[in-house]
Amino acid sequence: MNNRIVEHPILGKIDDKEMVTIKVDGKKIKAKKGEMIIAALIANGIRINRYTLKKKEPRGIFCGIGQCTDCVMVVNGRINVRTCITPVVDGMVIQTQQGLESGRDKIE
Amino acid sequence: MNRWELIVIGSGPSGLTAAIEAAKNKVKVLLIDENIKAGGQLFKQIHKFFGSSAHYSGIRGINIGENLIKKAEEVGVKVLLNRIAIGLFKGKKVVVKQGLDNKGKNIDIFEADKIVIASGASENAIYFPGWTLPGIMSAGAVQTMINVHRVLPGKKILMIGSGNVGLIVSYQLIQAGAEVKAVIEALPKIGGYEVHADKIKRLGVPIYTSHTIVEAKGNLEVEEAVIAKVDKNWQTIPNTERIFKVDTISIAAGLKPLIKLVRMADCKCIYIPELGGWVPIHNKNMETTYSGIYVAGDVTGVEEANTALEEGRLAGIAVAESLGYLDKKIACNIKTEIWERLKDLRSGPFGENRFKAKNKIIREY
Repeated sequence: MNNRIVEHPILGKIDDKEMVTIKVDGKKIKAKKGEMIIAALIANGIRINRYTLKKKEPRGIFCGIGQCTDCVMVVNGRINVRTCITPVVDGMVIQTQQGLESGRDKIE
Repeated sequence: MNRWELIVIGSGPSGLTAAIEAAKNKVKVLLIDENIKAGGQLFKQIHKFFGSSAHYSGIRGINIGENLIKKAEEVGVKVLLNRIAIGLFKGKKVVVKQGLDNKGKNIDIFEADKIVIASGASENAIYFPGWTLPGIMSAGAVQTMINVHRVLPGKKILMIGSGNVGLIVSYQLIQAGAEVKAVIEALPKIGGYEVHADKIKRLGVPIYTSHTIVEAKGNLEVEEAVIAKVDKNWQTIPNTERIFKVDTISIAAGLKPLIKLVRMADCKCIYIPELGGWVPIHNKNMETTYSGIYVAGDVTGVEEANTALEEGRLAGIAVAESLGYLDKKIACNIKTEIWERLKDLRSGPFGENRFKAKNKIIREY
């Protein structure tokens, strides 16, 4: 699945930035160097970022600008990372966040 | 350096112009923003601005953003990105958390003679059964994804809200290749400018006024939206339901000022629904009730980018004047011109209420 907007009437053709590889729940996906994690996920058809603590309900992006924290995930072992304002880095390991992930250290 | 003559918090349109105007007049300015790029929400505004030539009419928000960032650099504004202003201490100390690149979460404390809070606004959510399903997001999020990140969060969209944001984002979704199934509006008439509504109507997008969302359905992501007609008491009318097969519901239900920092500084606030809720009161220099702390842009009431740009200029000029860098008379003339332009921006059927509300803020000071 590719949800990238390749051609755009105002913005023109998408820039062909270097691609990097990140791992999401064990699966390798391609991301554009420096783009926000959420953009790489949406480009690859992934819209669930986490499940809530009590009811285990799925959550995805809501505000997209770092205000609401609905899109947080576990990134390189660090929990509660706002994927909408955190850029990808080659080799980044991302996991769907389950509840509070309380078994993990808060900061790696 | 931890001491600055002016610290501006937020690098959106108002923060940028405040920093530029002050720095142009030799004020030493530090501009802080939590994002990795300055410009705030200008970069998702790919449409041309309205208004007079003094107000960038015909220029797209993205280009205004690039120009302002360049200008800020030219006049010597020190820009610190990826830094979050998490607090204000008495004596105008700004507590800044280092961003994502800093795993130790270090804190810096900067001192300032003057502070401009240009923290902007955040979008409102509306609540209905199923509203938390992935695929239901704010119109601003949709706009950021399609115009800044160039990804489509969905292919079939229902837009809730027919204010300018709802209308413009609907149009931009179509530009980006998505299908907008419908725009719904709880009020009996379209909220935004007719010209924006007509653009999407011409493309065949129906706008249902006096309609609200009843429910979103889906297993793990949104698959279906149920809407219904509302009566004049906002109650849904039985047997008027319509079902749309959509993968995305976009919510354009207004914004509210981000006044967390303003509150921390004990700046006096007032509740004005037309401006989005609680807003700090300020004088004609944009100075709050806390001497030396100024506000500009959406934090003082939700409007649009042009008014934010002008308010930032006002604050920047006022700061330069109060620090003794700008002659009182010259400053007065510039400020009068800006207030005249603001008056123009706050005229007409859409601007009039904002004009009145803004005057109320100043009267309260």
